Amino acid sequence: MTSVGTAVAGASRLTPGPKSRSRRVRNWVATVVIGLAFLIAMVPLVFLVVYVVQQGSKAFSWEFLTTNPPFSDRLPGGGMAPAVVGTIVITGAAALMAIPLGILGGIYLNEYGGKNALARTVRFLAEVMTGVPSIVMGLFIYTLVVVNTGERTGFAGSLALASLMLPIVIRVTDQMLQLVPRELREGSYALGSRRARTIRTVVLPKAAPGIVSGALLAVARAAGETAPVLFTIGIVAEPNWNVFKGPNTTLSQQIFLNATSPFAPAQERAWAAALTLILIVFVVTILARIVTAFFSRRQGA
Amino acid sequence: MDTITQTPANVREVTDTSASAPGVENPDTAAPPELPEEQRELVFELRDLEIRYSGHTAVREVNIDVAAREITAFIGPSGCGKTTVLRSLNRMHDITPGATVHGTVLYHGENLYGPKVDSAEVRRRIGMVFQKPNPFPKTIFHNVAYGPKINGRKRSDMSDIVEEALTRAALWDEVKDKLNKSALGLSGGQQQRLCIARALAVEPDVLLMDEPCSALDPIATARIEDLMEELKRDYTIVIVTHNMQQAARTSDRTAFFTAEIDDAGKRVGRLVEYDVTEKLFTAPSDPRTEGYITGRFG
Repeated sequence: MTSVGTAVAGASRLTPGPKSRSRRVRNWVATVVIGLAFLIAMVPLVFLVVYVVQQGSKAFSWEFLTTNPPFSDRLPGGGMAPAVVGTIVITGAAALMAIPLGILGGIYLNEYGGKNALARTVRFLAEVMTGVPSIVMGLFIYTLVVVNTGERTGFAGSLALASLMLPIVIRVTDQMLQLVPRELREGSYALGSRRARTIRTVVLPKAAPGIVSGALLAVARAAGETAPVLFTIGIVAEPNWNVFKGPNTTLSQQIFLNATSPFAPAQERAWAAALTLILIVFVVTILARIVTAFFSRRQGA
Repeated sequence: MDTITQTPANVREVTDTSASAPGVENPDTAAPPELPEEQRELVFELRDLEIRYSGHTAVREVNIDVAAREITAFIGPSGCGKTTVLRSLNRMHDITPGATVHGTVLYHGENLYGPKVDSAEVRRRIGMVFQKPNPFPKTIFHNVAYGPKINGRKRSDMSDIVEEALTRAALWDEVKDKLNKSALGLSGGQQQRLCIARALAVEPDVLLMDEPCSALDPIATARIEDLMEELKRDYTIVIVTHNMQQAARTSDRTAFFTAEIDDAGKRVGRLVEYDVTEKLFTAPSDPRTEGYITGRFG
């Protein structure tokens, strides 16, 4: 091979030999395969978002978020205000219960329990619980709460969603704390800090971004769940801000009901409700990211 | 090795090496230095120290006296237990699962592992600098203020404390304009001096340094060594190092550890020789020490 500008007699040392050539080919193939895999993975995601936005925007408007649904499925117009309110209060109440408890549980597992019998048991159960179908959580709360109180409320739905979120938050916290380098903890202990302060001032801030991500994942998952709220919250046609009293409704439930309706206006409302749900999760995610960024900047991380 | 001739000025001349050692009768262990004993204020007295990890002995039969305002170096090959011994001096093993400490460690004559001793109090008096710089993911200011805050120092005194600690650690001029920037943006050498400043801000009595320069380049290393020389006026320093020249350059006394295979076929660290640095490097009394310092093994 002739190389640029240099007149080397015989074979150049810088141009690829046969072995090197096959490595270059394999490198190229691997790059292409990984790129393709990425594109294929993106297809359903992009398709889903585009399709929901396209279908959902037909019925979506500010009115849609603030008005009640019409009397009948047949009628066009109307909105999802009760479901928007219900989704916010029910998921919010669930998050308020599950996230603090889950983070404390995760802290216990990694910082205090370590490898003792209780911690191992809890860790195992949390793992099993993440695999429990969400409808089982709904049935569990139905028999435990709804049957005993004789009333379907938003709070019963919150309890069901919280039991769904709890194991996710516990596991994520446990795993994120495990990733905090040992040297940081030792640095804190070496200055005369005790365990509780070391966890609060060094370990948790370091693990916070990961824990926030995990908690968000749990919130997003809970906000979209239909099965746990199906038996527990009843249904309502007007916004009910009181999570503890009276029946409620959520976007996921409304999507389920309206999408299975035979009438086109109801189906359009189902699509718009789906778009609303995606937007809510999107907004919550952005807010949480801003809060985390603010705290980590304050720490100088 | 001409570096040996640079031993610090206050190393006293070895006059009498005959065994006037008090109480220690371990043939493997060099007799503790018997220089004007009455003038040496002992900070640590290690007696038959043995440390086990999950029942397995990592190092044993360690007898060392550490004097105030001296630099004591621990040298030896990897796995000889020098870091393990160092970490027993501020009770770091309390937070290592499975680690147990046996024998006696006296700190100013008081049992460091006594029933009423609080390990957090111990670590406030006996600071530590680690092998890898480990600044907290906080600002430079808050890294240094962390320890004083734990000690309940007033918020209004904090900027003075931080400035003094950073000045002592020879870092103030480099960081005074960016105290509110993240400590993680500093270079490795600066981070390590920050960790020293962080330890000094608690006003400890002793500074334990675990291979503090192993992650640093020669220039940063030289700065840390100069700093140790400075700090020696007020602090007692114990340093673990892989670098024999560093031990020879900086320390007053040196302990040489090595690892041996015991009867059960397990690797166990042991103290071979502990003496004034100059003597240990020029006229070691144990052939294993000589073998190590002349580079024949390890």
